[in-house]
This record gives sequence, structure tokens and C-alpha cells, in this order.
Amino acid sequence: MSTSLLRISGVSKRFGGLQALDSVALSVPGNSIYGLIGPNGAGKTSLFNVITGLYQPDGGEFSLNGLSFKPDNPTRVAELGIARTFQNIRLFGAMSALENVMVGRHVRTRQGAFGAVFRTRQQRSEEAAIRQKAFELLNFVGLTGKAEQTANTLSYGDQRRLEIARALATEPLLLALDEPAAGMNATEKLALRDLLQAIKRQGTSILLIEHDVKLVMGLCDALTVLDYGKVIAQGSPGEIQRNAAVIQAYLGTAAPSANSESNHV
Amino acid sequence: MTSAPFSGITASHNSKRAAGLTFLIIAIVALPWVLGWGGTSWLRILNFALLYVMLSLGLNIVVGFAGLLDLGYIAFYALGAYLYALLASPHLTEQFPAIAALFPSGLHIPILAALVIAALVAGIFGALLGAPTLKLRGDYLAIVTLGFGEIIRIFMNNLNAPYNITNGPQGINMVDPVSLAGIDFAKGWVMGPLTLTPTHLYYYLFALLVVLIVLVSFRLQNSRLGRAWMAIREDEIAAKAMGINTRNVKLMAFAMGASFGGVAGALFAASQGFVSPESFGLMESLVILSMVVLGGMGHIPGVILGALLLSGFPELLRAVVIPLQQSLFGKVLMDAEIIRSLIYGVAMVAVMRFKPAGLWPTPKREAAQ
Repeated sequence: MSTSLLRISGVSKRFGGLQALDSVALSVPGNSIYGLIGPNGAGKTSLFNVITGLYQPDGGEFSLNGLSFKPDNPTRVAELGIARTFQNIRLFGAMSALENVMVGRHVRTRQGAFGAVFRTRQQRSEEAAIRQKAFELLNFVGLTGKAEQTANTLSYGDQRRLEIARALATEPLLLALDEPAAGMNATEKLALRDLLQAIKRQGTSILLIEHDVKLVMGLCDALTVLDYGKVIAQGSPGEIQRNAAVIQAYLGTAAPSANSESNHV
Repeated sequence: MTSAPFSGITASHNSKRAAGLTFLIIAIVALPWVLGWGGTSWLRILNFALLYVMLSLGLNIVVGFAGLLDLGYIAFYALGAYLYALLASPHLTEQFPAIAALFPSGLHIPILAALVIAALVAGIFGALLGAPTLKLRGDYLAIVTLGFGEIIRIFMNNLNAPYNITNGPQGINMVDPVSLAGIDFAKGWVMGPLTLTPTHLYYYLFALLVVLIVLVSFRLQNSRLGRAWMAIREDEIAAKAMGINTRNVKLMAFAMGASFGGVAGALFAASQGFVSPESFGLMESLVILSMVVLGGMGHIPGVILGALLLSGFPELLRAVVIPLQQSLFGKVLMDAEIIRSLIYGVAMVAVMRFKPAGLWPTPKREAAQ
């Protein structure tokens, strides 16, 4: 647990007058589930977008597995071993579930137009391996039997699981999940919890944005709390739950008396 | 169609497939003889339809698979046509003594070599013209590609001075007809009781290339590259986040699509014996795009249907409109050309209104349990 898989420090991002991220630092240990929480607009998704290369940060240091990297290109970040899902699901809607996962294998495979047109032996064996792995991943996330279904005809929970399977297909070191439980019912959440634990057992660490407190506190080994782009607390779930700054950020400070409030209106 | 060959396909499935293929081959071979009863003009129309099938399948890679709206696709058809015309006509040797000295018997490139070169050159140009557009999407991409298409045509129109390369608006004449396996396509071929006219010979050559292009299209579609194209079409940001190098993959789409256009262009030049810039206007790009959209973007059989219908339908109208008016009203009330455009336009509007995904779109896959 002492080695950190992802370490970032001094990460800042400004959108016009809004400081979305203000010198954020965190360290995700290997073989762990690490939570990233905070009120709406705290900068969680912005941080994800910066780490995965979708936004260019104004500054900051990044290292994965001890090697520093510059997240200036999503393709490169995926190659390095960080795969993500999206808060508003971004599947390849008109493609089948199987094809979605097969696309995830793209970054770990290499056959191009020549192989495809001439169906070379390497191309056929690579294609078979891609298909095989994609089926395995669909089974792993619990989408057995739905391989041929078009992605946008799947239920909401299934779409979230399919996104996880697609991200896993890139063989990531770190899986970054942006609100995977959003819109799921209680049963689906339980299944998701088991799935995330199984992913961790297989050796893939998870960076998790999630609003469901029960899920986060039950799953995560450690957490970072963001508010207005700043880290306001870091620690184990127990420590976070007792942290005064966190309680204040979520619930606010004691309000001024109702009388003085109404006088101003 | 999406499953790999032989994986999970039962024997009866296989024999059904074999029967279907046999029927298709017989139909392709027999078609010109059936159409021949209506006169050779129908066969000539069919040949043009096959060229349009090749072009539509090429554009389908760019527009249908990768989702990149391209309004200048005809440029690659023009490139292929001019490439063959220049390498298989007396034009260059007449204009440039140095070339004449190099090739004392004139430039006569064999068609197979020309097809390979046309595919390569058009592919390279496809990637070159695609490169500046990589960051553009939708309408913006359409405008830029439209510009590129026009630039190529204007080049062809004006490259007759100071050095006469393309012979300008007059075009290039006396382009060699195809000569393949000892058969001179211009002379026709007698095979026992059958006499194959040049039109028949070109039909079989075109049909063969259409089959090849369809095969290549299917293979590309069900490949790592094809899936990457469709991923970009569906969601470019997600595709990037999954590690797809969108720049390279888009350039491959432009290049592969353009190479089909190059092949069709070389065949066009050889079968016509003459090329000029006016064959490659914006309207042609739009017609090919209509074929792709009307047939069913991204669905190979649909695109083929779209190309056959949109190239055949106007000719059918041409043949029918005048006699029909005469039999109905006893005289010709409306000029054939006007009524033809009218019906053509109304038909296109109707198809898009009632079948917005095209006449034969990709079937929606449901639970396959």
C-alpha cells in the first residue's frame, strides 16, 4: 500500500473567472479503491478530465507508477494505463455491446488496413483474441447474453456496466469511474459494489467519483474531498466522516437567524 | 454479417449462404443479357451505375463509417480519371518532347497497373486533403471539403498553361481503352456463339471490381480499423479516451475512401476514352452523397441499393416520361427534363421524409438470445 500508483500535485485549472481546480494534490495507492467526493461543482469531474487529458491543466505534476507524465492527450493517457467512464454515459450508441468492448481493445492491439483487407493470419488471430477478451469482459461485468444488443437499447444500469467493461478492455492500471452508481436502483448498486471489489481483487486500482455516501464509505480505502476546487480533507472513510470541514462543506455553517435574513429581502 | 467466418455458423447456414452467393453470381453474369433486350443503352446505364456503386462505397467509408461529412469526394474520381488519361493517351508525349523521348512508343499504361496507381495516388491525396480538416466536424468539415473538391476541378480546368498538363476545359482525348488478358475491349470479343460487345466487356470488368470493393468494404467494416471509425462517428471524445488515435484513424478513412474513388475514376476514363473537368462538378459529389444517405449510411447493401436506384431512376424516367404523356394526353405537355428533375426531387424528399435512416438502413440489433 505504500507505493502510490497515481500521484498528482499542484494541479490547477481555471475557466475564465472560475478556479475549477486549485493546486490539487492526491496520491492513489496501488491495489486500492480511492474515492473522490465533494458537493456539486466541487471540481471532481474537472479533475478527471485533466487527469485523462481532456482538459489541459494550467499547471501540475503527474506521475503514474513512479513515472511522470503529461496528460496532454487522451489517447496517450489511455495508452499509459488510465481508462475512464463518463458521468453522462458516452457509449458508442449504434454499436453492439460486444463491439463497444472490442473498441476498448484498440489501444492494446495493432492490426491496420492491410491486415483487414487481406485477412492475414495475424489479423485473424488478433481479431479472435479481441472477440474472446470482449466476451470475457461482458461476462465479468454481468452482461452475459447481451453481447449483440445495440448499446443504446440497454437499460441504464447495463449501460454503466458496459462502460466499465469497455474501459477494462484497455487493460488499465487505474480505472477512473465518474459516478458509476448514478441512476442505479438498490439491487444494481449492490451488484456494482461487488463488481468494483472484484476489479480491485484482479489488481486494477479504482479512482471513484460517487455521490452515494453509503457506497463510497463501504468501498473506499481512502478518500479526497474537494470543495470549490480545493482539497479540504483526505483520509480513511472514518476520518472523513468526522471531519468538520467536510461536514461544513456538505451541510453549510449555522445559518444567520431567520429574522435578519427576511429583513434584507 | 458481423460474426467472423465459420464461428458459430451452422452447416445449413453455410449452405444457405453458398446458395445465395451462387444465385448472386449467376444474376451478375446474366444481367447484361437480360437488359440487352432493351437495347445497349440500358447496358451503358448499368455500367455507369456500377461506377456509382464504387464511388458510393468509397464515400460510405468516410461519411457512413467514420461520420465525416465530405462534399468534395468527386475530386478523387477526377484524380483517378486524369491519372489514367495522362498515362494512357498521346497527350503528354505530344506536349513534352522529353516524355516522348523516354517513351518512343507512347504512354500506354496497362489497366491493372493504372488501377493500383490510381488507388494509391487518390489515397495519398485523400489523406493530404483530410489532414487540414481533422479538427473540423459537421457543417464546417463539409464546407472545407467542398472547397477542396472545387479546387481540384479548377486545377484540371486551368492546368493547360504555362505547361499544358490537363489540356484545360477541352479535356484529354484518345485515352486507351482497356486491354486485358489479350482482349482489346474496344473491339469486343467473340466467344463461341456469344459476341461480347465492348459494353459487355466493361460491364464484366466493372462488376468484378464492384465485387472486390464490396469485399474490401465488409472486411474493413468488421475490423479493428472499422470499429475505430464507427467509434469516432458515435462519440469522438469517448473514442479518444479509449485510446484511439483519432487523427490517424480519420486519415485512414479519408485515404481508403479516396482510393475507391481513384479506381472508379480510372475505369471511367478507360471506358469513355475521354475526360474533361465538367464530369467532376459539385453536383456529382452531391449525387454520390445522396446515394449514400438515401440508401442507408454505413450499411453496405443499402448504399449499393441507393447507388443503383439513384443512377437508374433518372434514366428510367427519361425513357418513360414522353411516351407516358403521349398516351395519357395525346401530346407532350411538359418537357421531359423538367418533369424528370421534378419527380427525382419529390422522390428524394419522400424517401427522407418517410425513411429518414435511408431505404435500407443497418438493422437494429436486439437481444440475440
